[in-house]
Amino acid sequence: MQRWSRFNILSLVFGFAFLYLPIVLLVIFSFNESKLVTVWSGFSIKWYVQLFQNQGLIDAAWVTFRVALLSATCATVLGTLAALAITRYTRFRGRMLFSGMIYAPLVMPEVITGLSLLLLFVAIGFDRGFWTLTLAHITFTMCFVAVVVQSRLMSFDRSIEEAAMDLGATPVTTFMKITLPVIAPAVFSGWVLALTLSLDDLVISSFTSGPGATTLPMKIYSQVRLGVTPEINAVCTILIGIVAFGVLIASIVSRRAEAQRVKDERAAFGH
Amino acid sequence: MSKFGSAIFNRLVIIIPYAWLLVFFLIPFFIVFRISLSETAVAMPPYLPVFNWDDGLSGIFDGIRQFSIANYLWLTEDSLYINAYGSSLWIAGVSTLLTLMIAYPIAYAMAQAPGSIRPTLLMLVILPFWTSFLIRVYAWIAILKPEGLFNQLLLTLGLIDQPLIILNTNWAIYIGIVYSYLPFMVLPIYSALEKMDHSLTEAAQDLGCTPISAFWQVTFRLSMPGVIAGCMLVFIPAVGEFVIPDLLGGSETLMIGKTLWNEFNANRDWPVSSAVATILLLILVVPIMFFQQAQAKADSEGR
Repeated sequence: MQRWSRFNILSLVFGFAFLYLPIVLLVIFSFNESKLVTVWSGFSIKWYVQLFQNQGLIDAAWVTFRVALLSATCATVLGTLAALAITRYTRFRGRMLFSGMIYAPLVMPEVITGLSLLLLFVAIGFDRGFWTLTLAHITFTMCFVAVVVQSRLMSFDRSIEEAAMDLGATPVTTFMKITLPVIAPAVFSGWVLALTLSLDDLVISSFTSGPGATTLPMKIYSQVRLGVTPEINAVCTILIGIVAFGVLIASIVSRRAEAQRVKDERAAFGH
Repeated sequence: MSKFGSAIFNRLVIIIPYAWLLVFFLIPFFIVFRISLSETAVAMPPYLPVFNWDDGLSGIFDGIRQFSIANYLWLTEDSLYINAYGSSLWIAGVSTLLTLMIAYPIAYAMAQAPGSIRPTLLMLVILPFWTSFLIRVYAWIAILKPEGLFNQLLLTLGLIDQPLIILNTNWAIYIGIVYSYLPFMVLPIYSALEKMDHSLTEAAQDLGCTPISAFWQVTFRLSMPGVIAGCMLVFIPAVGEFVIPDLLGGSETLMIGKTLWNEFNANRDWPVSSAVATILLLILVVPIMFFQQAQAKADSEGR
């Protein structure tokens, strides 16, 4: 049908090399024997061993993980509701503002979001710490969930829902039995996305967290400012490994669900 | 329960996320604006006036009477801020253009690829986006340092005799932004190109267009929605970027995100940083509205 020219192949090879080489180099130098991250001197896992003796780092990882789990779960609920609201109800008062508030956080510079949330917490006299961090993360990740779920809802065949309603199902039952199973893969990938965004965030966290709630990115950032070390490379490698594993699982789950869906639809329509 | 229940359910679907975003996204902007009109004070919180809710309305009016635009005047008097806004817009603009130039051929090649490998290519573009932003920026420090891997490579190849100074210059920031935001540019362009009807380019060529002019007049024009969405997704956050200029840029690099951060964390001047944020928001409001219009249009077409 189309010719896939040499130029196309070249741009893909260079593009992917550009995207992946820095990460690959970072992973390689986390196993470097010497303290330099630019000269290879031999294989060693001593930086990983050191990590597990660094209590501050472990505490930060634990905070980060708890915030991410809690905020991603809440953000998934809120984001899914927001996606339903924006796709199902084409007319309600303030819909323009609502869609604006969903899309704007996707591009809003993090310094602005972080500063404004901090000033809100100060204004209402909320002590900064674990909970302010979680609230902030829910707010900025729910919009990403909403966009992911919304794109799935867009291609959703509403006649199945209408059929269920005609047969006497309440909206809640219809949602639980019909809508949710169909959009579940998108909801799940929204959750994974929210989780990784939360694990990763530095700027908004720095503004909204308080003493005793230092996250891993904040810890990494303060060490990076002092210089590049194989120890940070090791932390980063572990994080990359976790994310790669999560994405792999997510893609397997969604691929299976998609295959199941196609099979079910074929069966239902008797093809 | 059914009719009453369904009305409540429908309401809640809208009200819960709406209320959340109002409280945690919209109202904070008004607080930022309010504090930008206050004066700095050595206290906690470090600004004056603080509304005295106990005095009721008169307390609030007293507070309003003390509002001042001194912080905004300060921003215009000190050239630091104007330069920082200007250079942020410039750096974001140049980086967006560079990202477009690198992303377009990748997106084009993906759209031309055999259908069977497209999902894999798509996955490969998205995957780096899932790994930490901070980590990806950090990875470039070791590459761009004077004794870093990039210079080692060029020296070994004999292309240069002396290490290039890239880290802590604007070039490092361009590289950092292009690298971090590349997937945001590739994906919308790819989805625009993928939907395109290829018989159109063939028709243009049959009618005597050269392949290059067929590309510009048909393919590129039809991919414009994707190009615009991609540019907005890169440009807007890049203007307020903090991590990249802080880690890769030099001490003389001025970017407004970094200025705001320093004003807030180092100088503890909350009113001035609020004023900086307010102006930044005003500058970005037009591109953000533009982005939302484009998104809303894409949504209604996808329906």
